Amino acid sequence: MNFQFDSFASFIAMNGHGPFVWAAYGITFAVLAYLLASPLLQRRRFVREQARQQRIANRNPD
Amino acid sequence: MTEVTVPGSAGGSATTFSMFWATLRRDLLLAIRNRAEMVNPLVFFLIAITMIPLGVSPETKTLAAIAPGLIWVMALLATLLSLDGLFRSDFEDGSLEQMLISPQPLYFTVLAKVMVHWLVTGLPLTLMSPLLGVMLALPSGGYGPLCITLLLGTASMSLIGAVGAALTVALRKGGLLLSLIVMPLYVPVLIFGASAVHNAVLGSVINSQIAVLGAFLALAIVLAPLAAAGALRVSSDG
Amino acid sequence: MAWQWFHRLGSPRWFYEKTQAWLPWLTAITLVLLVVGSIWGLAFAPADAKQGNSYRIIYIHVPAAFLALAGYYIMAISGAIGLIWKMKLPYMVMKSAAPIGAALTFVSLVTGSIWGKPTWGTWWEWDARITSMLILFFLYLGIMALQQAFHSRDTGDKASAILALVGTVNIPIIYKSVDWWYTLHQPATIKFVGESSIHPSMLYPLLIMVIAFYCFYALALLLYTRAEILRRESRTQWVNELVARQAGSVNHDIPVKGGSAV
Repeated sequence: MNFQFDSFASFIAMNGHGPFVWAAYGITFAVLAYLLASPLLQRRRFVREQARQQRIANRNPD
Repeated sequence: MTEVTVPGSAGGSATTFSMFWATLRRDLLLAIRNRAEMVNPLVFFLIAITMIPLGVSPETKTLAAIAPGLIWVMALLATLLSLDGLFRSDFEDGSLEQMLISPQPLYFTVLAKVMVHWLVTGLPLTLMSPLLGVMLALPSGGYGPLCITLLLGTASMSLIGAVGAALTVALRKGGLLLSLIVMPLYVPVLIFGASAVHNAVLGSVINSQIAVLGAFLALAIVLAPLAAAGALRVSSDG
Repeated sequence: MAWQWFHRLGSPRWFYEKTQAWLPWLTAITLVLLVVGSIWGLAFAPADAKQGNSYRIIYIHVPAAFLALAGYYIMAISGAIGLIWKMKLPYMVMKSAAPIGAALTFVSLVTGSIWGKPTWGTWWEWDARITSMLILFFLYLGIMALQQAFHSRDTGDKASAILALVGTVNIPIIYKSVDWWYTLHQPATIKFVGESSIHPSMLYPLLIMVIAFYCFYALALLLYTRAEILRRESRTQWVNELVARQAGSVNHDIPVKGGSAV
């Protein structure tokens, strides 16, 4: 198992297929990152919103 | 189907069948009374087909090449547009609720309603298709297969579409959503129907495609009313 | 006794608290596998004899396509469990699985299209697999649209579960039909596509990436489901306590940190 390219530059270029390969990987990992970030952000927004409502409820206890 | 009165048969099945016939007769009567609604899909079919020579080309050779697929796609869209009303009026006037709580199996009620839907849309569309074939310069070998495939295909499409109509029955703006959820399910029927006509025009034997369409129809008759009945129970209360 | 775990699955709270401990492990495994698999596939696997380096897209395209399809079945099965046993949690899983599956279907479509440009010379080819994927994408969109159309969440859940089940019956038929349709129209010029026997040195990174995507899917599904649980159980005691604890810990942290700094 060897590094398949002569240099880092040729690794980026991939014999002319570089733009395709890197675009595909870029888009994929962007989507994967979104899929992890989105529920975490939802959760944070939920906790913040609920905490705010709890504070309001505590201030007006009736 | 006149075995209803066979004395040996169980009373339950007799009432099931009489219920089936009653629903069939009632819906057919309603459809005939609202003739204008019945004609709309046919007019849509005609107008949409007229758009094709205007939009693509009036040349006989071009039209003949795309005619089988076009007629099939337009028939699919016409069926799709007519589906919205399948359970809508029954939902609005409350008779759907009566059907849901009645002791008769919902399967047969749904089957009867779908059958009426096919009788007033699929069948007329099929009967009209040769005329549209002439307008689109369909080669002479294609007319018989067009009618046979549409006959089988529109029945499958009415059955599959009933599931979508049942799911969206309670939604006021369900029409577009209905098309969205049903159209992907029509893909196999469209593929086999259109390609059968296409192959017939080219002169090959299409028995296998027609057999597949028949199999789709058989499967749809067994499963689609079940799914539609379940969908009606779920969606009508929300 | 053996069924106890199954009944517990009916409790969103139990699920939420149980999965808390899995998250760090699953995150670590997913990230390691993704990084190892990508680097191996991009830099160390040999180039394909026919397609050169563009074939390296396979390492994300194929796993995404696997999960797009498997995700549909996971979604439909949870919907069926919800319908049959009338449990709350499976519906939450089903609702969470829809956007993940749609996103992965989208990924497999986009990477397939990008792969097609250097291989076939076009961005879009009506290839059997691409076409089936596109229809699968439409099925996902339909389920998501139906779920959101109802005012009552309960009805939306059940309706989309039924639609998902209808879809599972249809998917094999759609795949076979599209396959058959493609053999009918297949242009003779583009027949070579990647079916050349794949060398083991190319296969190992693919295997790693498939496992990585499965882990990723599990992780994303857990995160989405947990967020959904909180939203749906927002009126319950345990969620209120959880919110109070989390919000409280944030508030307490600040003076303590400030104090130690002084």
